[in-house]
Amino acid sequence: MATDILMPALSPTMTEGKIARWLKKEGDKVSSGDVIAEIETDKATMEVEAVDEGVLGRILVPEGTEGVAVNAPIAVLVADGESVPEAGGAAQSAGPSAAPEKVEAAAESATASKPAAAPVALSAPEPEKDWGETSEITVREALRDAMALEMRRDPDVFLIGEEVGQYQGAYKVSQGLLDEFGEGRVIDMPITEHGFTGMATGAALTGLRPIVEFMTMNFSMQAIDHIINSAAKTLYMSGGQMGCPIVFRAPNGAASRVGAQHSQCYASWYGHVPGLKVVAPWSAADAKGLLRAAIRDPNPVIVLENEMLYGHKFQCPVDEDFILPIGKAKIERPGKDVTLVGFSISVGTAMAAADILAEQGIDAEVINLRSIRPLDIATIVESVKKTSRLVTVEEGWPFAGIGAEIVMQIIEHAFDWLDAPPVRVAGVDVPMPFAANLEKLALPQPDWVVDAVRKLV
Amino acid sequence: MADTPTSNLAAGRNDPSLDTEGLKRAFHDMLLIRRFEERAGQLYGMGLIGGFCHLYIGQEAVVVGVQMALKEGDKIITSYRDHGQMIAAGMDPRGVMAELTGRATGYSRGKGGSMHMFSREKNFYGGHGIVGAQVALGIGLAFANKYRGTDEVSMTYFGEGASNQGQVYESFNLAALHKLPCVFVIENNRYGMGTSVERSSAASQHLWRNGEPWGIPGKQVDGMDVSAVNAATREAVAYCRAGNGPYLLEMSTYRYRGHSMSDPAKYRQRSEVDEIRQKHDPIDHVRSQLLASGVEEAELKAVEDGIKAVVADATEFAKTSPEPDPAELYTDVLVEA
Ligand SMILES: Cc1ncc(C[n+]2csc(CCOP(=O)(O)OP(=O)(O)O)c2C)c(N)n1
Ligand SMILES: [Mg+2]
Repeated sequence: MATDILMPALSPTMTEGKIARWLKKEGDKVSSGDVIAEIETDKATMEVEAVDEGVLGRILVPEGTEGVAVNAPIAVLVADGESVPEAGGAAQSAGPSAAPEKVEAAAESATASKPAAAPVALSAPEPEKDWGETSEITVREALRDAMALEMRRDPDVFLIGEEVGQYQGAYKVSQGLLDEFGEGRVIDMPITEHGFTGMATGAALTGLRPIVEFMTMNFSMQAIDHIINSAAKTLYMSGGQMGCPIVFRAPNGAASRVGAQHSQCYASWYGHVPGLKVVAPWSAADAKGLLRAAIRDPNPVIVLENEMLYGHKFQCPVDEDFILPIGKAKIERPGKDVTLVGFSISVGTAMAAADILAEQGIDAEVINLRSIRPLDIATIVESVKKTSRLVTVEEGWPFAGIGAEIVMQIIEHAFDWLDAPPVRVAGVDVPMPFAANLEKLALPQPDWVVDAVRKLV
Repeated sequence: MADTPTSNLAAGRNDPSLDTEGLKRAFHDMLLIRRFEERAGQLYGMGLIGGFCHLYIGQEAVVVGVQMALKEGDKIITSYRDHGQMIAAGMDPRGVMAELTGRATGYSRGKGGSMHMFSREKNFYGGHGIVGAQVALGIGLAFANKYRGTDEVSMTYFGEGASNQGQVYESFNLAALHKLPCVFVIENNRYGMGTSVERSSAASQHLWRNGEPWGIPGKQVDGMDVSAVNAATREAVAYCRAGNGPYLLEMSTYRYRGHSMSDPAKYRQRSEVDEIRQKHDPIDHVRSQLLASGVEEAELKAVEDGIKAVVADATEFAKTSPEPDPAELYTDVLVEA
């Protein structure tokens, strides 16, 4: 049966090429893998290998011909002993006839209208569930309790990281867990973030639920390839087959006087990535409720903790089942004159600013984001509809930061409600300095927020 | 060191580990991969496959010999050069070809492509495009086996080019430290894109010794001989199943085609490729072993015809399957809890 040999595309961008040389003559036997011709493409001169076996019955395009379109028949291959069909190609008989299909496929994708992204639900947020009785605990205890509760509940949950076991956690967050759960589930790692993050991600792909503790988020940059390329994208790349239920948690952002390499905020970095969820607790209740939700979530979740908050005490529900939903912000302080939005330690900054503003007769509403991705824009929109003014507060850098994202989304969803341009309060756009005075100058203070608000009202 | 690493190269060719039935299966599986890959190359030329497409032609003995040493439940992970692994693991050529052409019926529903396919059912964990990443992920599969208390192993494949990545050595340390049941399989096809192993690795002659600092036993294997591959893998797998920790196999093999489709092939001589194809082709080798053992030419021809039909069917299936629905753009980003 005669088959056409078509002009192949030898690179993703090639549409036509030159037949530089025929290496087989009419009448030559060819077997699969034999080089039959050389073609000059847009990139280089390349060899064309035969796929099928047979005899080169006729060369349709002589060597030296330029501008031969991809998929045009260039020769006819026949079976040994078979006669060569007259003139033209063999396309109508048995030749692979992909050319028209390709065109069709391309035309289809060109006309396929872009599906609308899932619309953002902007209905008024539901009120927070009342969990009843509370007691005062530190953020550190809240995180530890969350892990212990979830590890008791699910034997597939384990904690892995540097100094999480015998040392009891570099910041004492995992205190007591080794005693309760043993070395099989509280697993000390050598200083090898890239390796153990890949290892934990691989384990999660099989359905285990690792909690990966980085000593601080700064070191997750060693492992960011696995967080993004391996953990966040595999579900999509596998067409929904292979989820990755894993938690990456660590103190994030500035601590105190630890210099440029130990003080970075990763909210914007990880918040950028589809396939990740990112939470940033402020209070003990946030920490406990969000970490429990993160561990139970079937997706990779980044938990941005804050070293400065570990020792802070907050009221936290005592209910054994207490958990918070990922993706819901909390109004920490209702107000009517201006909306202040913060996350993690910046919630405290915003709350302090709100106190000062109250003395000046300005009633600020403070929103604790709790979750960076998904972002609860509905709650912020509702607030801005009431206050008509927005100030975002974060310790990270301003460029392409969380504030920039919130402001843009408010412009998209609530532009007409604004009475003044929104303002971002952010960390200063420099690597973190060491000197005490300079460090203080680099991080948002309540005064900065007050000043920003005073310009708006 | 638990085992003295030895070179298997000299002994390799006539290793008796596969009997006639085994050789027949190997012949079938290797030829299926080769014909599948040739067809994939052709579909690429026709514009039905786009982007990257890394063919496995020349290396078939490696995955087939390895696969025949595994049991149900063993896990597999590799790089972007993954079509051979998937077919050897028993994944359906239709689903693989449909994914190559970006169709809704592909293993990743058209969202992964040539480099990213997965199968929970066949314990195939991808399909990874970042050179070396699959090695750390692979010890994670081994970690999971150990955590769950099974005797399953993780077959973690990577190229000799990938063997220069830092995370490979982090993984060697972790696997040895925690005695993880992981067989590291270096597919040394002599080139990483256009860089020969001699130009990329200071230890180019003995990558099988790269685990020595961590006490990981290693072996260099003639990766063009499916029996030798199978024998070495059996040994490695038994070692891992027994709880001894990881094992390293360096498979000496060769890639006939370009790195991906647009490869100018200026970094090696055509004569080098021809020499290996003519004298060391893994499929020809098995074919002559089978003929020598009395198997009829006609039987092998029947196998070939069967394979042709399977590949033609997979091609037709891929070509006639629809592209993914536009709504698929937004699905599978997150698992809905
Ligand atoms: C981290 C990273 N760097 C570079 C590349 C580009 N790249 C893709 S494959 C490849 C060569 C890898 O060679 P080898 O590991 O020997 O595998 P082979 O292609 O021979 O199977 C390179 C450099 C990549 N995909 N990922
Ligand atoms: Mg290579």
